[in-house]
Amino acid sequence: MEYKDYYKIMGVSRDASQDEIKRAYRKLARKYHPDVSKEADAEAKFKEVGEAYEVLKDPEKRAAYDQLGANWKAGQDFNPPPGWDQGFEFHGGGFTGADSSSFSDFFEELFGRAAYSQSAGAQAGGYREYNVRGEDAHAKVLIDLEDAYNGASRTITLKHTELGSDGRPQVKERTLNVKIPKGVKEGQHLRLSGQGSPGVGQGKAGDLYLEIAFKPHPLYRVEGKDVYLDLPVAPWEAALGAKVKVPTPTGILDLKIPANSKGGQKLRLKGKGIPGKPAGDFYVVLQIALPPANTEEAKAAYKAFAEAVPFNPRAKLGV
Amino acid sequence: MSSPILSLLTGDILEEDVELTLADLCKASHMPAETVYEFIEYGVIEPLQAQSDNLRFQGTSLFRIKRAKRLQRDLGVNLAGAALALDLMEKIEDLEVQIKRLQQLR
Repeated sequence: MEYKDYYKIMGVSRDASQDEIKRAYRKLARKYHPDVSKEADAEAKFKEVGEAYEVLKDPEKRAAYDQLGANWKAGQDFNPPPGWDQGFEFHGGGFTGADSSSFSDFFEELFGRAAYSQSAGAQAGGYREYNVRGEDAHAKVLIDLEDAYNGASRTITLKHTELGSDGRPQVKERTLNVKIPKGVKEGQHLRLSGQGSPGVGQGKAGDLYLEIAFKPHPLYRVEGKDVYLDLPVAPWEAALGAKVKVPTPTGILDLKIPANSKGGQKLRLKGKGIPGKPAGDFYVVLQIALPPANTEEAKAAYKAFAEAVPFNPRAKLGV
Repeated sequence: MSSPILSLLTGDILEEDVELTLADLCKASHMPAETVYEFIEYGVIEPLQAQSDNLRFQGTSLFRIKRAKRLQRDLGVNLAGAALALDLMEKIEDLEVQIKRLQQLR
């Protein structure tokens, strides 16, 4: 078991006042709240801070913790000295209703678990009956853009924590085969009824919510239900007009480029975006690609072009 | 590893297929209707048609309620503050999507 330096976690000194500790906690809670923070380990940090505050805000627990001494280093292997809490009376007061089941072994060793879990259970939601609906679960799934066009079935593996028979949390994996509906867009949520945590007693299982995200695509950009493609064209194709082949997620299409097109110009293929009611559009953004002047012929052609066509690309800049 | 044949699960798209009634919201969020009305009053959620006896909500309202409840419990903000935080966070998410797109353009 590792020693936890609650003062270091809260960023306060060992002689900080209760007010300082409260202020530090509020600041850290805002910073690491999983609904607010985008940091990957926000949830772990938030729990750690919650645990530290649980001890330091309660003068009884803080005094008992302080008694362990200041010479411990965070992460150091720790076993409480025998009889360390002798003479301390805990009144179980001031528990915040935080989820103590997620507190560390260190906390559990010092302050116990069962008593706190019980009081947490009583405070958490005020459920009186024993039939409680299971918790809803959330997960994010990465799909290909093509899946949104055609629909697909995807096998996804989800990790979740479960209380084992010994009462300790264990990481378990489960695999689901999920139908990705045609026309789903990035950021939308798929609700799978009854696939969340199991209920208690006669309570129904919770639901599983899958947030849809697209894997980055080498060719296409997606914005809502519209899809964009940068299409390189030769200068003469843009100037004279041309018929070119264009890749789309549903296959290769023929596209007519109008004469006198400019770089950056958008051509819309109506209804060729992500399907739906109404379907999105597919936009082709023209990018003029210059052939390199790396042969005598190419150089001669550029020179002949320059002589034949008087053109100042900087006319608008007044130079 | 053996791979048992898994049955295919079908879900609804919360943003499009799912409309929740007041009763659905109460059940899913473990809150009495009075509290849900309070959440509406402060703009945490909005009914789809305001002038109706039969209130209906977009499926995502459930997320907003749950996030608002967590912010209330963990950070001590009131409902008006939670609604503001949710609106700002959604705006940030939209802007982040736009930034990502603009970065890909280059």
